Amino acid sequence: MSIHQELIIEASQYLDTNGALLKPLPDVFSDNKLITDLYQALVLTRLFDETAINLQRTGIIGTYASCRGQEAIGVAIGHAMLADDVFIPYYRDIAAQFQRGVLLEEVLQYWGGDERGSNFSQQVNDFPLCVPIATQLCHAVGIAFALKYQSKPNVAVVTCGDGATSKGDFYEALNMAGAMSLPTLFVINNNQWAISVPLERQTASPSLAHKALAAGISAVQVDGNDLLAMYINVSDALEQIRQTGNPFLIEAVTYRLSDHTTADDATRYMSQKALTSAKQKEPLIRFKRFLAEQHSWTDKEDQTLYQQCQQQVDTAVEAYKNLPTQPPGEFFDFMYEQLPGNLVEQKQEFIDGLKRHE
Amino acid sequence: MNEWTMIEAVTHALASQLRENPNTVILGEDVGVNGGVFRATEGLQQEFGEQRVIDTPLAESAIIGMSIGMASQGLIPIPEIQFMGFIYPAVDQILSHAARLRNRTRGRLSCPMVIRAPFGGGIHAPEHHSESTEAIFAHIPGLRVVIPSSPARAYGLLIAAIQDPDPVIFLEPKRIYRDGKQAIEDNGEALPLDMCFTLREGIDLTLVSWGAMLKETLQAADLLAAKGIDAEVIDVATIKPLDIDTIIDSVNKTGRCIIIHEAAKTCGVGAEIAALLVEKIITSLLAPILRVTGYDTVMPMFQNEHFYMPSTERIIKAATKSMEYR
Repeated sequence: MSIHQELIIEASQYLDTNGALLKPLPDVFSDNKLITDLYQALVLTRLFDETAINLQRTGIIGTYASCRGQEAIGVAIGHAMLADDVFIPYYRDIAAQFQRGVLLEEVLQYWGGDERGSNFSQQVNDFPLCVPIATQLCHAVGIAFALKYQSKPNVAVVTCGDGATSKGDFYEALNMAGAMSLPTLFVINNNQWAISVPLERQTASPSLAHKALAAGISAVQVDGNDLLAMYINVSDALEQIRQTGNPFLIEAVTYRLSDHTTADDATRYMSQKALTSAKQKEPLIRFKRFLAEQHSWTDKEDQTLYQQCQQQVDTAVEAYKNLPTQPPGEFFDFMYEQLPGNLVEQKQEFIDGLKRHE
Repeated sequence: MNEWTMIEAVTHALASQLRENPNTVILGEDVGVNGGVFRATEGLQQEFGEQRVIDTPLAESAIIGMSIGMASQGLIPIPEIQFMGFIYPAVDQILSHAARLRNRTRGRLSCPMVIRAPFGGGIHAPEHHSESTEAIFAHIPGLRVVIPSSPARAYGLLIAAIQDPDPVIFLEPKRIYRDGKQAIEDNGEALPLDMCFTLREGIDLTLVSWGAMLKETLQAADLLAAKGIDAEVIDVATIKPLDIDTIIDSVNKTGRCIIIHEAAKTCGVGAEIAALLVEKIITSLLAPILRVTGYDTVMPMFQNEHFYMPSTERIIKAATKSMEYR
């Protein structure tokens, strides 16, 4: 028996909810282009998200999971990763996907019910969005193993929600990464809700970051609505993982400012008061205030940026609408590298059935 | 030529592929220093090192989930699940991800991996160590399910499974792991992954089985021959995709078919074979297709497992019944 160290999780924040600096910024943020790129990514994601919800309402895509309120987490991840790192997202991670080079129209194609949306033209090693909760954390550990095995200086970056931290796969993945020293960055999007179940019903743990400590993994809790804090913590974590080879965990604390998906109605369980309060802490307003105060960002510049981003979204929507439909029977073709006899037969039966309808 | 038991054939097949391809990695519980609880990976960690033959934490879902991640990035993982009865925590990973990764990325990512697991009863093992649930996996699109029934087929089919670009569930009938030796050339040659093996030719009726049950099935064929009934015996071997054509050819010839498997009867793989025969060659049938299988009960603990598993007598009884139809 020995007395173990106290299990303390540090919290990290640079901007208060009004966008005022709480402490001096690291040197990396003297790069004005980085600052405006980060903001541009926030705005693009927000406008895409709003557009996607409208497209669902008008039947142009299917059920869609909004990321409203948690854009800063994904933007920071996608921006801080190296191209040859591998990203393993959960289903609310389009902000990071866009920064990784996944096309807006590919994301629309996916939520529009077309598997080809996960056949990314860029970042061909990244995983598609993961719908079954927490399973992706185990994939990330295997990807980290492969990166280490191939002596690559890269990191597997995986995300999940707060609900996922209650699942067995979460613990199995953390334990495995810790025991085998695998270069994995775990990022929890703690948006306080797993559909209708609030965080306090999810766990008695003092924080979700604490869950890493039992696996021997260092962790930090970050204000997930503070893009500067998210960016610096993700960058530092990636650097540390590259140097030590050991995994790391970030709990990004945010708030889901949307229904779970377009098929959900959060007014059934989320109080208006809590939502109103959370809206005051959201990442875009905060970052804009910071830009105005520290970088003399004007309303006119802001309007121009919003117009440019909306145009980019509109162009993607048009591109999505103009994509050719899948060739009939393509859903047979990728079950195996080579179609086995039973599928050859079933595909033929399907194609013959189509011909009879013509 | 080497004289190997099935377990030795498995070890040598693994070694041949580890030697052949540096991206091949074995992982699982006790597979390293201990060489596996059945010694399937005996000596492999010493030969190939701890990075390629890995003792993992005790976590089946993570072992398979991790293998999926490895496979997606160019490795060929060969995870071992210690007993089939312990595969269920990993079923989500197998069904939701391993079986679907190629399709859901339209071929961008794939999942070449072989999940090995000993299965079946008859070794007086504790509770949960004797199940035969191959039908669960055979039902899932995107998987291959392979079951060898001899040392030579274990060697050739395991090599084929490792070289296959898609996920394979490779179930090893542990009752016959050490049930006799066979001469095998360690030449790294694969057997076809989508073909039944006709183990005995005959004209009167077709006995279809796989895995350890072929032992009783072949014994029954010998005893039937003594009674003047000439049975053909087919080892299905590749449960999925199923080579129904070989079975059809045989039943077209004999007109009678008995399917023998250790797994429970309802919705077993036998039901699929029977359905396909009825769909495709009902007019060739001279008698109803009969199944001799485990019962629709929980696999009994070992005091009663011999009552559960199909016996030579039950096979002969079914064959006799089939022959009575004129």
